[in-house]
Amino acid sequence: MSLGAYLAVATALFVLGLAMMIARRNLLYVLMGIELILNAANLNFVAFARYAAPAGGEAALRGQVFALIVILLAVAEAAVALAIVLHAYSLFDTVRPEEPDLLRE
Amino acid sequence: MGWLSSIDVLTWIVFLPALGMAAVMLLPSASKRAIRGVAVLVTVLAFALNLYVYVAKFDRWSGAMQLVTEANWIPAFDIFYRVGVDGISLPLLLLNTLLFALAVPASFGIERGVKGYFALFLLLETGVSGVFVSLDFFLFFVFWEVMLLPMYFLIGIWGGPRKEYAAIKFFLYTLVGSVLMLVAMVACYLDAVPHTFDLLKLQELARNGQLDGTRLLHGGILLGLPFQTWLFAFLFIGFAIKVPVFPFHTWLPDAHVEAPTPISVILAGILLKLGGYGMLRINFPFAPQAFQDAGTFLALLGVINIVYGAFVAMAQTDFKKLVAYSSVSHMGYMLLGFAAGTTWSVNGAMLQMLTHGVSSAMLFLVVGVIYDRAHHRDIARFGGLSQRMPFYFGLSSLGIFTSLGLPGLAGFVSEAMSLAGSYEKFPTLVVISVIGVVITAAFFLWTIQRVFLGPLDEKYASLPEISAREVVSQAPLAVLCVALGIFPVLVLNWQMPAIETFLRLIAPK
Amino acid sequence: MADIVFDGGDFARLAAVPLIPLGAFFVQTLVGRFGPRKGDWIPVGALAIAAALGIFEFAKCLTVWNPGFRVEWKEAFDWIPGPAESRASFGILYDNLSATMTAAVGLIAFLIHLFSVGYMHGDRRYASFFAHLCLFSFGMLGLVLSDNFLSFFACWEVMGLCSYLLIGHFSEKPSAAAACKKAFLTTRIGDVCLFLGIAILWTRLHTFRFTELWDAVPRVLAENGGAYPGWLVTAGLLIFAGAVGKSAQFPLHVWLPDAMEGPTPVSAMIHAATMVAAGVFLTARAFLFLSPEARIAVALVGSFTAIFAATIGICQTDIKRVLAYSTVSQLGFMIAGIGVGGIAAGLFHMVTHAAFKACLFLGSGSVIHAVHTQEMPQMGGLRRRMPITYGTMLVSTLAIAGVPLFAGFYSKDAILSSTLVHAMEHGSILHALPAIFLFTAAGMTAFYMFRLILLTFHGEPRDAHKFEHAHESPWVMTVPLTILGFFAVTGGWIFGENWFLELGKGLPGMVVAEGEAAHHEHEAHGIAMWGSIGVAGAGILLAFAFYQWRKFSAAAWAERWGPVHRWVKNKYYVDEFYLATVVRFVMFLTAVQRWFDVWIVDGLVNLVGGIGRAAAAVSGWFDRWVVDGAVNLVGWLTQLWGGVARLFQTGRVQTYVAWGVAGAVGAASVVLWMA
Repeated sequence: MSLGAYLAVATALFVLGLAMMIARRNLLYVLMGIELILNAANLNFVAFARYAAPAGGEAALRGQVFALIVILLAVAEAAVALAIVLHAYSLFDTVRPEEPDLLRE
Repeated sequence: MGWLSSIDVLTWIVFLPALGMAAVMLLPSASKRAIRGVAVLVTVLAFALNLYVYVAKFDRWSGAMQLVTEANWIPAFDIFYRVGVDGISLPLLLLNTLLFALAVPASFGIERGVKGYFALFLLLETGVSGVFVSLDFFLFFVFWEVMLLPMYFLIGIWGGPRKEYAAIKFFLYTLVGSVLMLVAMVACYLDAVPHTFDLLKLQELARNGQLDGTRLLHGGILLGLPFQTWLFAFLFIGFAIKVPVFPFHTWLPDAHVEAPTPISVILAGILLKLGGYGMLRINFPFAPQAFQDAGTFLALLGVINIVYGAFVAMAQTDFKKLVAYSSVSHMGYMLLGFAAGTTWSVNGAMLQMLTHGVSSAMLFLVVGVIYDRAHHRDIARFGGLSQRMPFYFGLSSLGIFTSLGLPGLAGFVSEAMSLAGSYEKFPTLVVISVIGVVITAAFFLWTIQRVFLGPLDEKYASLPEISAREVVSQAPLAVLCVALGIFPVLVLNWQMPAIETFLRLIAPK
Repeated sequence: MADIVFDGGDFARLAAVPLIPLGAFFVQTLVGRFGPRKGDWIPVGALAIAAALGIFEFAKCLTVWNPGFRVEWKEAFDWIPGPAESRASFGILYDNLSATMTAAVGLIAFLIHLFSVGYMHGDRRYASFFAHLCLFSFGMLGLVLSDNFLSFFACWEVMGLCSYLLIGHFSEKPSAAAACKKAFLTTRIGDVCLFLGIAILWTRLHTFRFTELWDAVPRVLAENGGAYPGWLVTAGLLIFAGAVGKSAQFPLHVWLPDAMEGPTPVSAMIHAATMVAAGVFLTARAFLFLSPEARIAVALVGSFTAIFAATIGICQTDIKRVLAYSTVSQLGFMIAGIGVGGIAAGLFHMVTHAAFKACLFLGSGSVIHAVHTQEMPQMGGLRRRMPITYGTMLVSTLAIAGVPLFAGFYSKDAILSSTLVHAMEHGSILHALPAIFLFTAAGMTAFYMFRLILLTFHGEPRDAHKFEHAHESPWVMTVPLTILGFFAVTGGWIFGENWFLELGKGLPGMVVAEGEAAHHEHEAHGIAMWGSIGVAGAGILLAFAFYQWRKFSAAAWAERWGPVHRWVKNKYYVDEFYLATVVRFVMFLTAVQRWFDVWIVDGLVNLVGGIGRAAAAVSGWFDRWVVDGAVNLVGWLTQLWGGVARLFQTGRVQTYVAWGVAGAVGAASVVLWMA
């Protein structure tokens, strides 16, 4: 498998995630879309670490470390985001992203 | 308390009222008695100090500036706190503190805004006293402006029906004068070498012909006229407005008519004299040659004041306005005397400031008494008051006869001196001005006839006689009317040496 | 001759003569009214002391008997200090003239005070009346003792004030209120002229002192080639104008008859001892300053006034007005006498006149006090009721009419002979006019004075009610009358005939006739004496013919001369003339200048104010619509832009994301395209 294939998958994941973020009418799905985008990025990190950096070098390790950090951040982010969603739900009785538009006007 | 005695006595005289003002501000506005008490205390104390200086500390045989104190104020612009008195300013200062002390009891009738009234009133006294003692042009100007504001409010708030109009007219008119003075002041400062605001030094420079504008842009020449001419004209207009000299006089009747009685007293008694004082101290000595050149013109203005003022006074139906126009007429003698520039005429003119201060203050108090009782001042609607108020009639007549220049009373000495002294220089103008003397007698006597003589109107059958408080205000002035008429030396001895100094300053080269 | 030395004590006594009444005035004004009897004894006592001192010093002066007697107390009081040329100090000049006047004024003023105690009894303003009367006396006493023009002028004006206050004593009467104002203003016109005259003399000669001025006149004449320089002529005439005002000479005579509005003692005071005499006194003091032409003018003014007032006096029915016009007329005699050079004669007449005119006025006061009217047609026959008043008034009338042996005869005779000498010396009709006028006026005087006596005291009572209530006055009134009557009889010769004329030779400007002039004088004296007796007799006879024997009817004569009679009776309409011209002109000027002040001067000020306000309005409009408009335009544009921009702000997260992506894509495309 070549780098191109990994990138293609990552691109697909990114586009799917983006589409979910923009189009889904449920905040949970929007969060999932974000996770997809993050994973697309992670895939890229790992792929580039494997193919673009000299093997065994420090740079190769760096890409994988980044991926791990992103996963950790994604966990933390998901926790916070879910909390926000829950709170928003209790406030607005909905998890639809277009309903809470108090900032408008 | 050692530092108290280290402050010189003139500073005390000037700033005591300001301290009084601070005290008044601290008192609650409901405690009217305390406020009035402070005002009495402060003004009487200032007068007492002043009298002490007049009698004991001042060397009357010297024509020089005395009791001079100097302190740095704004060194960057050579501005000093510099005060002192000579025989010209000291009598006026004394008159000033006296009139303020007498105006306080006359102000007891004011019930509205007592706190604000007395605060402004005391500030006014500081301003006026400060003008008389300042020896620094900048300081002079500052005090000159300090006095403007309280006057504006005193007329504008505690005045009569057209008070706003009168107050604004007064303010704007005086401000125009101030602006001209400011320009002249800055020009003098810049022209002097070294730069200075010291009045005495500037006088000396002018005497030596060094205040000629050569260090200014274009050598001070403007529209083809030399700097000295401009300087003289600016300063003259500035002070003439205050005097007031025809045709700048119309703010005076309005301000007088609308101002409350004690403020009219101050206005006529002392504020008008600031104009004359400014001429003696600044205007003429700063531009002696221009003064000599303009002599005839000034005398002409003086005569117009005398005759015109008297005629217009005769036409008035409002008692207060009549007295106001009589002031215009009387200030003409002063200007005429100055213009002639002889020993007698200038001494007479100077004395005229004082005697008019006494007599006009008295007359405004007289008008105030009648206004408080009858609530109008229309001469034609009175009549026969002498039957109801004989004592008041006596005081009024004394004031009126002083004002119309009856020998034995104060007004005669000054009028006689300025007219006789001016005859040498302006015989024709003096002859014309005696018409004013006759007309003055005519309108005053006519007023007496209409107000005090004749049958008593039923309406006024129950007017109360003048009260003790009103007598307190008038009695010292009445005594002065007689005393200055018989013993003019009480002032002349003080002022004559200083006038000699002044005459040397303005003498033609 | 002059073996009596005047020392400091004498001068102290002389200074006390005016100062004691002055002090009494202050005491009486301030505290006297609260004292017993309302303090009337203070002024009366003061005048008694002043009169006594005056007479004492006068007696001393008599013993010296020196025509040139003159002592001075120079610079007793510095009024205006300073070096010599700008100094004014008061002192005392005591010569025969002031000695006589001090004594006469003091005595007469004292008698008038005494009389007033009775006459003014129960008056509402009793206390202040005495205060003013006292100040009046001070004025005259100070005036006659003044050694300089300034204190002279001061006293002169003080009298003006007192006349004002006293004439206006019954001020609740509108006529009195108007009369006092008229008196003050009319004399004031003369006063300012006098002041100008003094100012001219001072400007040229640098002194106010009489003696120094007199000494300077010959010097000035010598410098000017013996002629009077223009300024001196002007000064002399101006000073005389002061005398015209004070002594009620034509054309400023109008105030004196109106001054009758005052209480009668005041009239006596003004007409006899003070005020009007001051003008004559001044003319004498200032005689040297009058050029020969000016002296003719003086003589003509005086003599014209004499005859002018006499004609009016004939037609009056008010007893006090007759006396008033007689005063004007007699003053004309004095002024004319001085004008023709008979200074001593004029002053002699002034002194005798003071005595008999005071007596006449006080007598008329006594009559008025008794019958409460001043109209002679309502009197008549009073001599039976008031013998003392009648007697004293009769001798005074004989004196004023110029009947030999009475005081007025000697003095009037002296004046008449002076005018004759004057006429003879110059021989022109102009110089003869004073003599003609005065002889005629002397006859008229006799006529109207006897008319007064006959109408008042003789005949049948015309008002029975008033007659019944008439009674003789109390002693305080009759004693002064008697004393004055005594002097009216003896005043001409009590100190020896021509005592005054002889001493008067020491007066400045008095020329002692010699040679041919002396001959003229002798000749004239004879003519004058017989002439004056003749005209006086004729006048008296005519008066008896009209009013006692009823040979002619006064009413019928008045009828026959209707228009003329009305014209004269109404004082030639001089008052009306002044009212229509001078007063109206002044009021016109007043109105014009007031208009000018309100509409032009103040109008200009308000116009400037208006222009300022208009400019403010224009700037306000500009500020609102142009300056502020620009600011608002910016704001509006910003708002517009905001309106567009807000379209992107939906508040929906997903929209933002979409726009973010679109932006990123756009930016990336631009970057790629650029590359």
